[in-house]
Amino acid sequence: MYPRSLPYLLLLPSLALLAVLFLYPFVLVAWQAISDDGGQFTTAHFSEMLGHWKFGTAFTNTLLLTLAVVPIQIALALYMASLVTGMSRGRDAFLYIWTIPLGISDLAAGIIWLSIFEQTGFLNTFMVGLGFSEQPETFLGYQNKGTIFLAIALAEIWRATAIVLVILVAGMGLIPKEYKEAAEVFGASRWQQFTKVTLPLLKPSLQTAMILRVILAFEVFAVVAALGGTNMPILMGEVYNWQFVLRDANVAAAFALVILGISILCTLIIMWFLRTPKGATL
Amino acid sequence: MTVDGTSKTMLWTFRISTVVLCLWVLVPIYFLLTNTLSSPEEVVAFPKRVWPSFNLESISFFLTFSGVGAAMWNSVLVASVTMVLSIAAGAPAGYALSRFDFKGKSFYRVLILMTRAFPLPLLALPLAVLYIRIGLDDTILGLALLHTMLALPFAVLITFSLFSGIPVELEEAAWTLGCNRFQAFRKVILPLVLPGITASAIFAFVISWNEVFGAAVLTIENRTLPAFLLQGLDQAPLHLKFAGGAVLVIPALIFIFMVRKYLFAMWGIANR
Repeated sequence: MYPRSLPYLLLLPSLALLAVLFLYPFVLVAWQAISDDGGQFTTAHFSEMLGHWKFGTAFTNTLLLTLAVVPIQIALALYMASLVTGMSRGRDAFLYIWTIPLGISDLAAGIIWLSIFEQTGFLNTFMVGLGFSEQPETFLGYQNKGTIFLAIALAEIWRATAIVLVILVAGMGLIPKEYKEAAEVFGASRWQQFTKVTLPLLKPSLQTAMILRVILAFEVFAVVAALGGTNMPILMGEVYNWQFVLRDANVAAAFALVILGISILCTLIIMWFLRTPKGATL
Repeated sequence: MTVDGTSKTMLWTFRISTVVLCLWVLVPIYFLLTNTLSSPEEVVAFPKRVWPSFNLESISFFLTFSGVGAAMWNSVLVASVTMVLSIAAGAPAGYALSRFDFKGKSFYRVLILMTRAFPLPLLALPLAVLYIRIGLDDTILGLALLHTMLALPFAVLITFSLFSGIPVELEEAAWTLGCNRFQAFRKVILPLVLPGITASAIFAFVISWNEVFGAAVLTIENRTLPAFLLQGLDQAPLHLKFAGGAVLVIPALIFIFMVRKYLFAMWGIANR
């Protein structure tokens, strides 16, 4: 019916792009991280990275931020998704409003939350206006690491819950209504229907959402740059620093490989924890 | 269901949380717009006005600020090239995935999904080196190629779901009426998928328009708007940041509104 080469011809443009702009760069960056100028294998860049005083803080901050943000996003998105599936009217309108942050750049999200947390910002205006504090606080000053962290976490939750919501709503759409109805017939409460029917069947979507969010959380960059500046070192910020301020592309590459390493590790862990037993797929 | 006490409480919890969640999303954007539509003095004044004064000084100051016009134009150019490249490479692949069974199909899908989950610096850093070697450094095309890599998985997945939604019988009917494969595609399939393809192109545009890290790494003179704003974060006065944020947000919001119908099709497919 068609020449056997046709599908491959159709894939060719995208494969060519992938080879030149994905596989080749990856080999190059890995090589950059483990070789010196003469092309010899070296671990010097990694030890320089590990020895730098900011590495530990950047690493811990990135992990803490991920731990603080992702579980809340998953829980919030689950709640939003079940609200949406229970709606008879206005479903599309609410879904649109809740997915608005999907179109917002991380830099813009940082700036948006800056308008709330900066010293003359809206939070201070409300706090002072309602009498909670005497004068405006410097929430984002270097002495207030806690509120910087909180502001960044809130901005991330605000910005990136939408993507989880979209994945989960799409996943809930795949679950046949009959399963829930059957559970209801057998007397399951709404909560039981949710935990015993919806959640287990939603596993594949939860897995996708969680992997994607964790990986992207390790790459948080512009939100932190806008809200924390240099007061909150994170891994991506260090990649940028080493590349541009310290001008050492090798150490920057080592940092990038660390991000890849923890991304792969967490992906495997999530895949194992949320694995679907064989034959239990929809 | 009977309207007893518990279900009434449920209904109200349901309604209140829906409204609260809407406010949670909308109020921060409102604050940004209020700041943008206030004069530079009002932005740093305390306590702050909660309603915009509709003073256009901040925004006009931003738009006439040296470099902003060029950065916006660069952003539009990069995003347009990204849009064209990702559809040109992604749509044929989406069609192949939906219509043919061939060896290596599942490998290709995994590969495409992997690019989406790949840390951005691993692409951006080596490309910076590669581009200097081949003379693509600090160019529109160079950055657009990186953004194409980010948009490609979405282009492939959304076109795959579009083509899968069109019965192959339609194509077969065209063949029996004397069309060859290409004619059948152009006259029967293309008109049907065009709105969806447009949506996926717009989505590619938004991805490129919003992208910060790669743009900051790969451009120096020819900065796009996000890279320009990032560079100015340390020194720029507040009203400039807010106006810049608003200029970044508003087009993206309009575009996302245009493609909202397709967002779910896209991610529904990505699940499987």
